Amino acid sequence: MSVLVYTESEEGKFKKTAYEVVSYARGIADMMGSTVTAVAFNADETASLGTYGADKVMHVKNDKLGKFNANAYAAALTQAAKNESAKVIVVSSSANAKYLAPLLAIDLEAGYASNVVALPESESPFKVKRTAFTNKAFNHTEIKTDVKIVGLSKNSFGLKEAQKDASEEAFETNLDDKHFNIEVKSVDKAKDKVTIADAEIVVSGGRGLKGPENWGMIEEMADILGAATACSKPVSDMGWRPHSEHVGQTGKPVASNLYIAIGISGAIQHLAGINASKTKVVINTDPEAPFFKAADYGIVGDAFDVVPRLNEKLKEFKANNS
Amino acid sequence: MKILVCISHVPDTTSKINFTDDNTKFDTNGVQFVINPNDEFGLTRAMWFKEKQGATVDIVNVGGPETEPTLRKALAIGADTAIRIDTEALDGFQVATELSAVAKEGNYDLIIAGRESIDYNGGMVPGMLANLIGASFVNTCISLEVDGDTATATREIDGGKETVAAKLPLVIGGQKGLVEESDLRIPNMRGIMMARKKPLTVKDPSGASVETEAVSFEKPAPKGDVKLIDPDNLDQLIDLLHNEAKAI
Repeated sequence: MSVLVYTESEEGKFKKTAYEVVSYARGIADMMGSTVTAVAFNADETASLGTYGADKVMHVKNDKLGKFNANAYAAALTQAAKNESAKVIVVSSSANAKYLAPLLAIDLEAGYASNVVALPESESPFKVKRTAFTNKAFNHTEIKTDVKIVGLSKNSFGLKEAQKDASEEAFETNLDDKHFNIEVKSVDKAKDKVTIADAEIVVSGGRGLKGPENWGMIEEMADILGAATACSKPVSDMGWRPHSEHVGQTGKPVASNLYIAIGISGAIQHLAGINASKTKVVINTDPEAPFFKAADYGIVGDAFDVVPRLNEKLKEFKANNS
Repeated sequence: MKILVCISHVPDTTSKINFTDDNTKFDTNGVQFVINPNDEFGLTRAMWFKEKQGATVDIVNVGGPETEPTLRKALAIGADTAIRIDTEALDGFQVATELSAVAKEGNYDLIIAGRESIDYNGGMVPGMLANLIGASFVNTCISLEVDGDTATATREIDGGKETVAAKLPLVIGGQKGLVEESDLRIPNMRGIMMARKKPLTVKDPSGASVETEAVSFEKPAPKGDVKLIDPDNLDQLIDLLHNEAKAI
């Protein structure tokens, strides 16, 4: 009857979202008077999940699962959920979690709500609040099935410490060839770059920067702040920056702690995509730019004047505060 | 190759979002509906297969008669036939189950859906459909090639991309990258005229069950005014970000 949670790791190391989903699962377990069981794959230091409230860790150690594989991971989670008679399964909103959750939902005959931003409003009926219309609205969704899957929106719940045992149990899974019908040929991943998905801070540039040759100052700010770089749709459409940096309604969603928009006017589609970020800063020459209505802090000024000076100040700040 | 493209009928990306009936229904008043952008990238890729490799392209939608102009637009872009499953679906599971009946009957090699619709953002239909019909599945797909009975697909992962091989039949959750924005097609007059004569079959729903229900909606709380900072006083911005927002 425990709350089961899929804790993601990469090369053995848990991702921050793993701790966030455990924190959230702890919240649900406390509501329901239940326990939290984490499922981890080939991870180190499973005891660290105990800091955020995992009572038990089912550890899948299997060389065949060294790389993420949606089908095989979903099958392992299905077997774990059945073993535990789990009624609620919590996953994150990472690309991998969103890949496997619908597969898991069918295997477990479970209703699935994605992009959930808070603990359930009620246990019976099981009602959750989630974003819809690409952050332009919320919807309250009732999951009616016996087994429920909740996909937690990134940065919406945060980390909450709640020390528990996290007693580890090896978990053997039954996998056969049909679970490996997708063969990974190659992975192309920037090693030393902060990704938009993982970033606490995102620095984003728009058409106001006039050309790809002017991105040096954006990258410099990102370096100083340990941030990811992003861009608006026109910028990726014109080929100034890769598509993978396009944030907005048809690009990537951003839910960072801090979003800094430089030379971006703030079209409704862009704002929708970045709205889930906590603090928003805009730097733009046009005081009428719609972004000023969405931002917390704004500077009316020319990026080419403001940004280099701001970078110097940020460097100084970082030197004094680290 | 037989291709099925799943088309969702959604409010245009510039739409103002409002609700009626005590915040239980989306207010369609004055809203322009379009092909879901993630589906349109997939539809355009399907046209490429049709023209370069030879394929038939059927489109399917689960929805009421009001979605037919969107389906006609997809036919005008070049799809061959359209199917509308006549029901107002309440959740992604219901949509996936209804689609699975059409998918099985049509024996498709490739089923292209969008990674999510831009209205409910559920992101579950492609994966559920694949699992229901026992097909391979690649989500957040940004490139797709087919050679014989094998597809090579690239999917976007957090911080990069991954290239995979999969046997057909395959379902993808597609998005921008399958084709470029500049490859999207605006139907021309000939396409629009031809689309009027193409078959649009209305099917009765199979009576799929519902697992989740969007009970009510709310709009985000209005935001406070922006704090404007003098460009000559950047220390103030750093102070606010550090002490007030606790963001740096």
